[in-house]
Amino acid sequence: MKKIFQVLIILTIIALMPSVGNAQCKSFAKKVCKAELTPYIHDGNFNAAILTEGEDAELYKTFYAGQNYRIYICGSDALPEIEFQVLDVNRNVLYDNRKFNYSKMWDFKLEASQQLIISLRVKGTEGGSEELLSGCVAILFGIKEN
Amino acid sequence: MNIRKILQKTSSLLAILLLILFAAGCSSDKQKKSESDDMITLDSLEINEQLIKDVKAVKEIFYSLPSPLETAMILKQAGAKYNEELLNPTDNVSKYVTNKSMALNLGIYTTDLSYASLFDQTQATINYMNASKKMAEGLGILNAIDDDIIGRLEANINNRDVIMDIISETIMNSSSFFEENDRQALSTIVLVGGWIEGLYIAINLVDSDVDLNNNELVNRIIDQKLTLGTVFNLLNQNLDNEDVKNVITNVEELKTIFDKIEISTSKIEPVTDSQTNITTLKSKTNISMSPKTFSELKEKIKVIRNNYTL
Repeated sequence: MKKIFQVLIILTIIALMPSVGNAQCKSFAKKVCKAELTPYIHDGNFNAAILTEGEDAELYKTFYAGQNYRIYICGSDALPEIEFQVLDVNRNVLYDNRKFNYSKMWDFKLEASQQLIISLRVKGTEGGSEELLSGCVAILFGIKEN
Repeated sequence: MNIRKILQKTSSLLAILLLILFAAGCSSDKQKKSESDDMITLDSLEINEQLIKDVKAVKEIFYSLPSPLETAMILKQAGAKYNEELLNPTDNVSKYVTNKSMALNLGIYTTDLSYASLFDQTQATINYMNASKKMAEGLGILNAIDDDIIGRLEANINNRDVIMDIISETIMNSSSFFEENDRQALSTIVLVGGWIEGLYIAINLVDSDVDLNNNELVNRIIDQKLTLGTVFNLLNQNLDNEDVKNVITNVEELKTIFDKIEISTSKIEPVTDSQTNITTLKSKTNISMSPKTFSELKEKIKVIRNNYTL
């Protein structure tokens, strides 16, 4: 009987973990990251996930001619630095934050609308620890009227 | 049956239920990963160096459609005018009773809300916020648009920056709610509804005598050919949902027409202004669309949009 309850408690915790993580991620994106977009207005889209060091993610989005954009990559404090690149559809690199001291934001505009790829990677800890660090990573877009 | 037996049976049932929930959670999470994730099998679920290596290979893929707010800003930037007759009347809210129709019209009303607010239409902004609230409530999105948000909107109705911020917050509340509650299919349908509404407003604002190959609003409509792939990718992630299957059919019909439009783009050259630190992605695009294709596109968008709103 006692064992059944122990298993139940463990399974409950495991089952609830993803939604708790997502809720924390939303709260983090809303409270910490969104303010960094100012004076740009957050477009409202929510792109966030729990990532572990060494993991990478990609986002595909069309950006429109005439608009002013800010990309802001926001990782929780627990995580190492986040590398991010902006690529065109042929995967030519248009921006690489490693050349700019791991800057978390990039402001840009376009002469012609383009589909771009935002590619990011949570750096691994130097020395390669057995214990992997995880945390919320959000990709936010700010837009601004001319 | 004694109490001990009842407890044992209840515990077993709960354990089975939790196992199913756990398995469902794992399965839904798997849909978000790329195909390379399929390489991870149960045999590798042993905590060792190989597992750490496998975890590091996991990749998360996001597909992002223009939000209703971005759509409205694109329209305004391209020279669109305000025409309230093109918007979905707020009286229609009572017609939408299914999850699909409420999700589509949450996207449609949020786009109308963004469009009205960008053109400083104060009463329409309040009306469309209330219509969006009703759709959100119908979908069970608690607190996405609560009375506090409506109050803040009314109190700041002449402050466009605050209004934009409130709209952005409501869009984020809705999309994150779907994400947190494993209802990505509905989230996708909301986005497609907003996208179709943006196309509908834009194409109906194009004057009949305009040069189709030299007009900013027409260019932004043609640009949606670039977004079509993202729409399909988003919908394909939720193919197990019947409502998504119906929406895909509509998008496929649109694709047939968009395929007749030719777009060619030159290589992109990034140039950064050292004063403002803003980079301009310089490139040239050649677009070719016949008047016949434009008419077909306009008619198809009208049919799809009316199918969603009427």
